[in-house]
Amino acid sequence: MLAFTLKRLGLAVLVTLTVSLLSFSLLFMSGDPASAIAGENASASDVDAIRALYGFDRPFLVQYGDWLTSALRGDFGQSYYFKMPVSELIADRLSITMLLGVCGISFALLTAVPLGVAAAMRPNTLIDRTALFISVMGQAMPSFWFGLVLIVIFSIRLNWLPPSGSNGWQNFIMPTVVLGYYAMPAIMRLTRAGMLEVLGADYIRTARAKGASEMRVMFKHALRNAVVPVVSLAAVQMGFMLGGSIVVESIFALHGAGYLAWESIARNDLPTVQALILIFSLFYIVFTFLSDLANAWLDPRIRVG
Amino acid sequence: MSDPILSVHDLTIDIPMGQGTMHAVRGIGFDLKRGETLCIVGESGSGKSLTSLAIMGLLPKNLKRAASRLEFARIDLQHQKPRQMRDLRGNRMAMIFQEPMTSLNPAYTIGDQLEEAYLLHNKTGRAEARARAVALLGKVGITAAESRLSQYPHQLSGGLRQRVMIAMALMCAPELIIADEPTTALDVTIQAQILRLLADLQREMNMAMILVTHDLGVVARIADKVAVMYAGEVVEQGTAQEIFRHPRHPYTRGLLRCIPVPGKTKPGEHLGSIPGIVPSLIGRMEGCAFRTRCDVAEAACASAVPERHTETGHAWRCIHENEGHENEGRVPA
Ligand SMILES: Nc1ncnc2c1ncn2[C@@H]1O[C@H](COP(=O)(O)OP(=O)(O)O)[C@@H](O)[C@H]1O
Ligand code: SF4
Ligand SMILES: [Mg+2]
Repeated sequence: MLAFTLKRLGLAVLVTLTVSLLSFSLLFMSGDPASAIAGENASASDVDAIRALYGFDRPFLVQYGDWLTSALRGDFGQSYYFKMPVSELIADRLSITMLLGVCGISFALLTAVPLGVAAAMRPNTLIDRTALFISVMGQAMPSFWFGLVLIVIFSIRLNWLPPSGSNGWQNFIMPTVVLGYYAMPAIMRLTRAGMLEVLGADYIRTARAKGASEMRVMFKHALRNAVVPVVSLAAVQMGFMLGGSIVVESIFALHGAGYLAWESIARNDLPTVQALILIFSLFYIVFTFLSDLANAWLDPRIRVG
Repeated sequence: MSDPILSVHDLTIDIPMGQGTMHAVRGIGFDLKRGETLCIVGESGSGKSLTSLAIMGLLPKNLKRAASRLEFARIDLQHQKPRQMRDLRGNRMAMIFQEPMTSLNPAYTIGDQLEEAYLLHNKTGRAEARARAVALLGKVGITAAESRLSQYPHQLSGGLRQRVMIAMALMCAPELIIADEPTTALDVTIQAQILRLLADLQREMNMAMILVTHDLGVVARIADKVAVMYAGEVVEQGTAQEIFRHPRHPYTRGLLRCIPVPGKTKPGEHLGSIPGIVPSLIGRMEGCAFRTRCDVAEAACASAVPERHTETGHAWRCIHENEGHENEGRVPA
């Protein structure tokens, strides 16, 4: 298990370095950063002054090294637009996004896994069809539309929940449902397919031959084996939610990191964009790493050679 | 002790299919006493596994089981609630399957799975279950049993896994054990060891055993009774003596003729091959199912075939009372 963990950790570090290099190069791919900062009407000497001030005249690798060492210390420079340290700017927004992500993936898992198991236990019955219907709905409905429907019903008509803002827990209910429902169908169908496959396995028959109850067969013997690919999928979904909840954050005016990314891209605020790309990628890397560990724990064939 | 531990009468298993119903097992029956070994032989697809699963109550849900009598230790298995069947399974009746490589759960240790078999039926602590597991692993010939408990199935060879499966089946000291081709998936050298082990344990623990096997040499050595299955029917059954010395049914004779004999069987001669095709079991079945391959078939074989038996219980289904080939069959080496 230790060797496995170290191997995966090494891989994660390698991917992180590659991603950091890419996100740093972004600065130079979008043209001359000095003129971007100076603005359209700046004189050539102003641009030169800015270039010297930010150190854009130094060799690329030196700048990258600088940026990376600062980033490791949590210093991503100044935001061009917000005129404040990027790290402070992000820290605030990130806590909202992370909370939303955790709620979203929990909602997705808590609905998708039981529904998938139930569907697999009674294939082609009403339960199965209902589960399929729910999942197809989730896939067919665009998040922004579903979000608006919820706002119309629960905020405007019933006046139960606030339509926007991020002041209290009530603000997170609808965004959680919208975000979670988006991730739910894939998890549900993977759980169902995995369970159906596993339920046909010989060791399930062995468990029944021992006299195990149906619940024990389902949850102890089947689900443990069926859930391995689900963990990997959930990790990717989680990374996606933390980086890509732009739509949901916009509808509900939750000013999180996704919303910030959209703002920064629109305003050419490169240090913020760089930092966000690095952080979003880090989320993916960390979740993939964690899901690898979880799978190794679930499936001894991965961890014990 | 002449009361049978297992009594199967007129067992039928129907499988609904798109094109109609498949009559996979049709009216078979046998009785088994405590400590007796019944060997079921017959080519693949003849319904041996379905019969085993039907006794255990493990048939897939879409299959239909019916019998005029299906009793284990005087318990009517046809009228047991699921929970009552669970109390019997793994406890008083146990089964060993054909596929040792896939019959153990890859996610749990050998120890977990052995202990589970015990704890499901005994209200004791894990320590006792563990001690029982170690003892049984030793009994099935696994060395360093203690250290095996923490291993996972994928770390063991096929032969070892089947030994573990046997140990697991024996955890609650069952009165009946059903072994469905327990060695077919294993190396030839290991097959003999495993079968000898099963036979020894059966005798030692005084269990009734149903052994499904292709190995007629093994049958000759360990069977008290033999049932020969063909296309969903028991075409002949009797004591091992009777079956080997006086086989009556043409199919049984064919099987016995196919045993390789040192010095007589030519190299390359195919084993167990009786020419002809097995009939479809879908739809209405009439007459003797073996008539497409039987070399003494007559027109009468297409209608109802009488069941014949001697006073000793040797029974077979054929239009011929006795073909007069007494003593033609031989006991294989
Ligand atoms: N679950 C099932 N669904 C459909 N057909 C089955 C099923 N199980 C077994 N059969 C069919 O029933 C027949 C008898 O099968 P089986 O008892 O496994 O034979 P054996 O063990 O003697 O080789 C075979 O033709 C097989 O294809
Ligand atoms: S009944 Fe007819 S076909 Fe069937 S085994 Fe006897 S002789 Fe052969
Ligand atoms: Mg079989």
